[in-house]
Amino acid sequence: MAREILYREALNEALREEMRRDPTVFLMGEGIAERGGSYKVTVDLLKEFSPQRVIDTPIAEASFTGAGVGAAIAGMRPVVEILFIDFTMLILDQIINQAAKYKFMSGGKAPVPFVLRSQGGVGNGLAAQHSESLEALFYHIPGLKVVMPSTPYDAKGLLKSAIRCDEPVIFLEHKLLYMTKGDVPEAEYTINFGQADIKKRGKHATIIAWSNMVPRSLDAAAKLANEGIDVEVIDPRTLVPLDKATILASVRKTERVVIVQEAVRRGGVASDIASIIQAEAFDYLDAPIEIVAGLNSPVPFNLSLESRVVPREEDIINAVKKVMYI
Amino acid sequence: MYTKEFLAQLYKKLYTIRVFESRCIQLYRQGLIRGYFHPYLGEEAIAVGACAAIERHDYITSTHRGHGHCIAKGAKVKFMVAELLGKKTGYCKGLGGSMHIADLAVGNLGANAIVGANLPLGVGAALASSMKKDGKVTVVFISDGASNNGVFSESMNLAAIWNLPLITIVENNQYAVSTPITQSTCEANLFKRGEALGITSQQIDGNDVLTVYETVKNFAEHCRRGEGPFLIEAITFRHGGHHVNDPGLYMPKEKLDYYMSIDPIKRGRQYLLEKGGASDNEVKEIEATVEKNMEEAIRFAQSSDELAFDDFLAIVEGY
Ligand SMILES: Cc1ncc(C[n+]2csc(CCOP(=O)(O)OP(=O)(O)O)c2C)c(N)n1
Ligand SMILES: [Mg+2]
Repeated sequence: MAREILYREALNEALREEMRRDPTVFLMGEGIAERGGSYKVTVDLLKEFSPQRVIDTPIAEASFTGAGVGAAIAGMRPVVEILFIDFTMLILDQIINQAAKYKFMSGGKAPVPFVLRSQGGVGNGLAAQHSESLEALFYHIPGLKVVMPSTPYDAKGLLKSAIRCDEPVIFLEHKLLYMTKGDVPEAEYTINFGQADIKKRGKHATIIAWSNMVPRSLDAAAKLANEGIDVEVIDPRTLVPLDKATILASVRKTERVVIVQEAVRRGGVASDIASIIQAEAFDYLDAPIEIVAGLNSPVPFNLSLESRVVPREEDIINAVKKVMYI
Repeated sequence: MYTKEFLAQLYKKLYTIRVFESRCIQLYRQGLIRGYFHPYLGEEAIAVGACAAIERHDYITSTHRGHGHCIAKGAKVKFMVAELLGKKTGYCKGLGGSMHIADLAVGNLGANAIVGANLPLGVGAALASSMKKDGKVTVVFISDGASNNGVFSESMNLAAIWNLPLITIVENNQYAVSTPITQSTCEANLFKRGEALGITSQQIDGNDVLTVYETVKNFAEHCRRGEGPFLIEAITFRHGGHHVNDPGLYMPKEKLDYYMSIDPIKRGRQYLLEKGGASDNEVKEIEATVEKNMEEAIRFAQSSDELAFDDFLAIVEGY
């Protein structure tokens, strides 16, 4: 039986279930215990679990993240929350030099079952230091998994897998998704990494999108359907590992590709996916791959400008028409 | 020993911040201001006392709770309201918003939405002053929460070994969002952290504008003689939650009542009346002027345009 719950509730369930299942799982972050987190993801967990497992930290990001990595090396399964992805800039040494490389440097001996939860994206005028989409930074680093769920169902199943994963996982939520609803089964389930989900089947063109660009692409797809254009929407769900097989199968079918990312255009994951497609399915393409991305700009405070620096529904529609030469 | 004019100036600033925050919170509730808004209500004496004790060309670096610092350092409220409304006439053309107002013309190097990040920037400003020998002092405002971040000890240590003309003011309002200071440190007397680094440090009543003024004035003189840095822990309390949407229910009522009873605005008014010998009418006149100025500022902001998309693109050209 499935019921409709919020994205943030799905995340809460995943944390709760994993904490019940495995006593080594614990949470750390700012305002996550008493207050239940800025976006209410960890709400009420302190009621069920001890303050030792739901830890409110001082504003000491680099150190409590590093402590999480160290605890993971020593056999715990920490889930560390950094309020905004913008603040993960303070913890990069602990993630990139320590967590990502530890297993490798130890000759493959030491697992690092560490999860970093954070959230990004624009939303309601939070301005340049609270609105970034920085998945490409983590995507770039060998040794990290990068997960970006777009629905409550995916959020729950992927977070449970992240917590069970023996390697460091960067789990990136989107602030505009927390209040979105979707069906989530009552029964326990997990979602394997590296399995894309086809959010809508179609035959004329393939849209590849993740995080909050998935609902926006689905909206665009619905409008395009009214014009008789039938697009397929693929959500990779995990950027590392990337489900190349599902993406390439769709490309070979539709022969036209639009990749949508909220992050800025330069140096983004979209460019890398485009390079993979052209290397492995070049002969199938009927048009150059279109990338719809954020402008190469910090995010402005002003709301009208904010809405212009990230892909809009109409930008996605136009890109699909472009690859279809309409 | 204080002139009426001086005390009137202090009171005018205190009252301006109070009115600015109160009116802008109303605008926020009407949906005219979006994003984060962290009121400085209850902490006004710190910014006002500190900025009165330094010169116009001296530097400050500020925080997410920065409106008070900005006004105290000499900003015009109309450009601030315009910024909060996201208008092109705002200090940052509407690109920055509440947490990013900078007013370089009066030495305000800017608010900051990354807790603690304004500390090293302040150290850098003081470093530049010591290299250029320009005689300027830098005042960095932070709060208790930021003092737990690594950048705090690193920055203070740098300032100490380089003898920088830097005064760090820890506005100890006893909370970081909803986390009380007792939960984030085992030594809540934060000035001791300065002492541990060999920095002359002092704990003061942050709700008393004259105490803040005297302390900063004294330290600033030492700084200008090459005897910096200094640390001030100013004890204070927010009048409400962390931001406008936080009712602050976790703040104990007795404590709030106590700090309301030593409200910095009330005390500033008292000083003007008693030490300055101002009449009730003179005080009311100041208040009326401030209120009128604020209403004009709101009208100015509301009638201003937003930055056009093409003008925005011109700014980020080459980014
Ligand atoms: C590096 C960083 N971590 C966390 C936050 C989220 N945050 C914004 S304000 C705040 C509390 C700051 O507390 P304090 O330094 O005491 O300042 P106050 O709000 O009391 O003025 C937090 C945790 C942030 N903006 N930057
Ligand atoms: Mg504080």
